[in-house]
Amino acid sequence: MAGEPHLEVEGLSKSFGALRVTDNISIAVPRGELHAVIGPNGAGKTTLIHQLSGQLKSDFGRIRLEGADITRLQMPERVRRGLARSFQITSILDGFSVLENVALAVQARSGSSFRFFARAASEAALNAEAMEALARVNLIDRAHRTAANLSHGEKRQLEIAIALATGAELLLLDEPLAGTSHEESAALVALMQELKASHTIILVEHDMEAVFALADRVSVLVYGRIIASGTPAEVRDDPAVRAAYLGEEEAA
Amino acid sequence: MTLAASDTKDDAAEPAIENRRGFGIVSREGAAVAATILFAALALLPLLASAIDDPFLIVTATRIMVFALAALALDLVLGFGAMVSFGHAAFLGIGAYSVAILSSHGVEDILVQTLVALGTASLFALITGAISLRTSGVYFIMITLAFGQMAYFFMISLSAYGGDDGMTLWNRSTVLGSDVLESDLVLFYVVLAALVLAFFALRAVVGSRFGRVLRGTRDNATRMRAIGFSPYSYQLTAYVMSGAIAALAGVFLANQTEFVSPAYMNWQRSGELIVMVVIGGMGTLVGPIAGAIALLLAEEWLANLWEHYKLVLGVLIVCLALFTRGGIAGAARRLFRGGRHGG
Repeated sequence: MAGEPHLEVEGLSKSFGALRVTDNISIAVPRGELHAVIGPNGAGKTTLIHQLSGQLKSDFGRIRLEGADITRLQMPERVRRGLARSFQITSILDGFSVLENVALAVQARSGSSFRFFARAASEAALNAEAMEALARVNLIDRAHRTAANLSHGEKRQLEIAIALATGAELLLLDEPLAGTSHEESAALVALMQELKASHTIILVEHDMEAVFALADRVSVLVYGRIIASGTPAEVRDDPAVRAAYLGEEEAA
Repeated sequence: MTLAASDTKDDAAEPAIENRRGFGIVSREGAAVAATILFAALALLPLLASAIDDPFLIVTATRIMVFALAALALDLVLGFGAMVSFGHAAFLGIGAYSVAILSSHGVEDILVQTLVALGTASLFALITGAISLRTSGVYFIMITLAFGQMAYFFMISLSAYGGDDGMTLWNRSTVLGSDVLESDLVLFYVVLAALVLAFFALRAVVGSRFGRVLRGTRDNATRMRAIGFSPYSYQLTAYVMSGAIAALAGVFLANQTEFVSPAYMNWQRSGELIVMVVIGGMGTLVGPIAGAIALLLAEEWLANLWEHYKLVLGVLIVCLALFTRGGIAGAARRLFRGGRHGG
């Protein structure tokens, strides 16, 4: 296991019609690393997350999770193997309680769900594990709220709690800070800082301050290609990156 | 973890809010109370019938409960699974024909007939569901409609069993050799018992692990896949369960009318079942029962008043759909919200 990356991507590509959205992407992410993927709008970041999570089928390339080829596996199977994602646009069960949103993720990996009579919402073991995940994202006091009634920032925290509750060791976080206020975003950055200790993370994010504070390595995606990959310092100093991306940020 | 959230008596957990598509907007306790009142009222109905000396009331009520049972079955897939099946009358027909065909061959015991009905309906649901569930949305509606019509035209062309003319039952099913079902009153209570049993069984199913996966998939299938569920097998199981329960309603329908024809299976009948579920309140269990009662009573009364009653009925349904979000169950909840809500 020593030298084997947690996630290894080789030559991954996806086209929609004539448009190559991701183009021959290769990344290796060692266990415990937080690997940020940045790039301007339309660079293909979310498509890459879709491909890695299994929501979208790739045209070419391979994805290996702990050495095992998962390229052909569907999203639910990848989750069961320990690769979970969060969504850029919040995707939760609005009509369910916060607790049940998380408990369902626990249920998915805790025995059969072809059980027809006992009341699922009263299963103490599921709820206890769900509460642990909620504790990690500081949502304990919201557990019995209806998910739709959470604030935007809380919904982003819930997204992460659900991903944690799947038991996955590798998290794909798709713009967890999208649309959050300054305080909300600070709380989420602190949360991700904590998660780094226990999880391998691939983070897609627009917030450069957060990225450079959190990332062990950064890959820069422009028009579906990785134009630079390295430590935050290396990437920051890369002339191609400055020209393609950071330049405009700094000018702004 | 000491704060282990085992205080799940807190039924905020249940979807007591009005979510976007208006599914399941009635709280668990509210629904149970409403259903219990409804069942008690039905149980006392024969007293009223004898008091006002109107035995036909029992016959009408039996017929309404049969359709309530079928609507309840449909609600499992429509209201809790967001699978709009437009062919559920086929299951009703399979149940009814199981009685008629077996009876014509001398097999009159209702237990045997019911077993055959449930088996046949489950098999039909398994095959058609396995194919239909490869699609979703409008395509699912169309394909279930197509399967329903196939069953309908199959029975029309099956001249050995009456074809277009249908079949008359010479007597009702027997129960272990006894002909107790010949009594309208006994049949009434048997159907009521089945309805009550189905209601509480489905209530448990909907709240179970299985039901939670089904409801989660209804609300957000992508989310369910992203936590590791493959919805297909859950949806298919629900579809088979629903088909079997609808077939049970068919068994009672044949016994109530003592006549079976392909007309039970055509798409208008499937549409009526959908209307019952929707105007009653989909995803509430008590809703479809209320919907069946409302629709069939309205039909009964309006038909006496004016021969073009369907026109009025249509307007009524449009108004219900427009002005009562969540159907009758939703309207009732809003009515009682002041006293009981948020408790």
